[in-house]
Amino acid sequence: MRIWNLGRRLHHGGRVARALFSSQYALMLEYRAETALWALSGLLPFIMLGIWSQLAVPPAGLEPGHGAEAGGIGLDQLQLSRYFLCAFVARQFSVAWVVYAFEEDALQGRLSPYLLQPLQPLWRYVAAHLAEQVTRLPFVVLIAAVFFLLQPAVLWIPSPGRIVATVLAIWLAFTINFLLQSCIAILCFWSERASALERLLFIPYLFLSGLVAPLEVFPPALRAAAHWTPFPYMVAFPAQLLAGQPVPIAASFAAMVGWISLLLPITLLLWRAGVRRYSAMGA
Amino acid sequence: MAIIRAEALSKTYRVADKQPGLAGTLRHFVQRRHRDVAAVKGVSFTIEAGEMVGFLGPNGAGKTTTLKMLSGLIHPSGGSAEVAGYLPQRRQADFLRQITLVMGQKQQLIWDLPPLDSLRVNAAVYGLDDATARRRIAELADMLELGEELTRPVRKLSLGQRMKAELLAALLHQPAVLFLDEPTLGLDINAQARVRAFLADYNRRHGATVLLTSHYLADITALCPRVLLIHEGGLFHDGSLRELSSRLAPCRLVRLELEEPRPAADFVSYGEVEACDGRDVRLLVERERLTEVVARLLATLEVRDLEVSDPPIEELIGRLFRQGAVA
Repeated sequence: MRIWNLGRRLHHGGRVARALFSSQYALMLEYRAETALWALSGLLPFIMLGIWSQLAVPPAGLEPGHGAEAGGIGLDQLQLSRYFLCAFVARQFSVAWVVYAFEEDALQGRLSPYLLQPLQPLWRYVAAHLAEQVTRLPFVVLIAAVFFLLQPAVLWIPSPGRIVATVLAIWLAFTINFLLQSCIAILCFWSERASALERLLFIPYLFLSGLVAPLEVFPPALRAAAHWTPFPYMVAFPAQLLAGQPVPIAASFAAMVGWISLLLPITLLLWRAGVRRYSAMGA
Repeated sequence: MAIIRAEALSKTYRVADKQPGLAGTLRHFVQRRHRDVAAVKGVSFTIEAGEMVGFLGPNGAGKTTTLKMLSGLIHPSGGSAEVAGYLPQRRQADFLRQITLVMGQKQQLIWDLPPLDSLRVNAAVYGLDDATARRRIAELADMLELGEELTRPVRKLSLGQRMKAELLAALLHQPAVLFLDEPTLGLDINAQARVRAFLADYNRRHGATVLLTSHYLADITALCPRVLLIHEGGLFHDGSLRELSSRLAPCRLVRLELEEPRPAADFVSYGEVEACDGRDVRLLVERERLTEVVARLLATLEVRDLEVSDPPIEELIGRLFRQGAVA
């Protein structure tokens, strides 16, 4: 009986997921030009690559650059290029914007009908993010292809195991990012402009995630401190994994699961307290 | 058996109290002040399954807040509510499957996609299999006279078509209780009539309970044998429109068409002269004196036509809301 119920719930969940995803994907395709622009706006890692290349250790046999003379950053040009390309890919598929969408829905009163359906409203935002990621995919492939055309030496084929591990890492990174933003989004129930709080997280995210610099360039103490935050797991870890660089895989996955285990109950508790306060703004 | 029960239901909002101008802004920044606003004050009523009840009241009277509490969207500050055997604010899935809340001008349909896409999501969320969903969509679309509009993006639909599509989406799971907040707001007269006819038909076919608010009294008179009149957060009347009319106006309206014009002063002894325009006279006469006054009028004046009616309910309610004084 219990197994039959579980089967029925899984079947129901599958149908809801398919319906939500297909409608959100159709919506994202309507906004494909905007999605392409968002993908292009994530080119920061390539800009940082240009800057950090000046400090890179040259591969063996090549002329040393300024970086070698200055002590370098522990990565050669090839590793650096691969790292930032992978950081770009990791960022593209782990980005979350739930706080902005949720805030707008709450202020415009669109949240009310969602709250009156037998489905946790956050699932709609999960579906919207996943649909947006699928819409982004061709643009990301195109940008990566252009990068390889410009720098053919950077081209490499990761092992199937690394690819699977990277997909999992990016998915977990997205989950952390989504939950972190959801916690802030839920503060809309208390403060109508919760997105302002999200901006507080942006600077630590930018620096500690490995988006502007590989964590190797940070002083050891700061690097160690960064690993006590969720940020390095959002970009740096999946990027290093995909780039084939040495990284503590098991410990990093464990840390990601730990962060999710911490953020998930916080999100649910905040949600429960928040909806009690909800006064159906704008509705 | 009562399907909706409200017992001393009340809701108080805490709102920021800020004075205008720079000084007010700075004072508010340094020392934030709030005050409590009672939107609903201890409202009690019950509604039987299958009833269609109109919810009347001026803007800010507490109608929408009451609907939001009954649908579980907001928590009451005091009292209790029970709908279909559930506490609404718990928003249990089994409760949500039995209700719907439609708010005019607010939409649940995805703006850039055809309504059918949103309907597919709703069908999945409410656990309807494909065949049932198709059958219900066809039935409701037929009742609402919707066809190819369901495959056009919502943004391309007229307000009336959009409202009908919203109703379809809100009723796809065949709820037993409908909370409708201004479902005809902004619609033209034809569209209003179609929505009204649809709601009456839906109630007849499915025995659904309907609690309806509307600024258009025609909606209420056409659909609701019973009305709840809420005023300044409290329940002022619970009964038929006719009873409400008697309560608000202990007078009846007598229209006279005379053979010869007469001055207003000639009618003062009959009742309150509401209008005197030559041969056309309108008098408000106390109900107890009506027979005697009509007999006197016919005996003493040359009357071409005489008509007795209740004063228009819109006028009576409007007067009540303007006066603000409620017995």
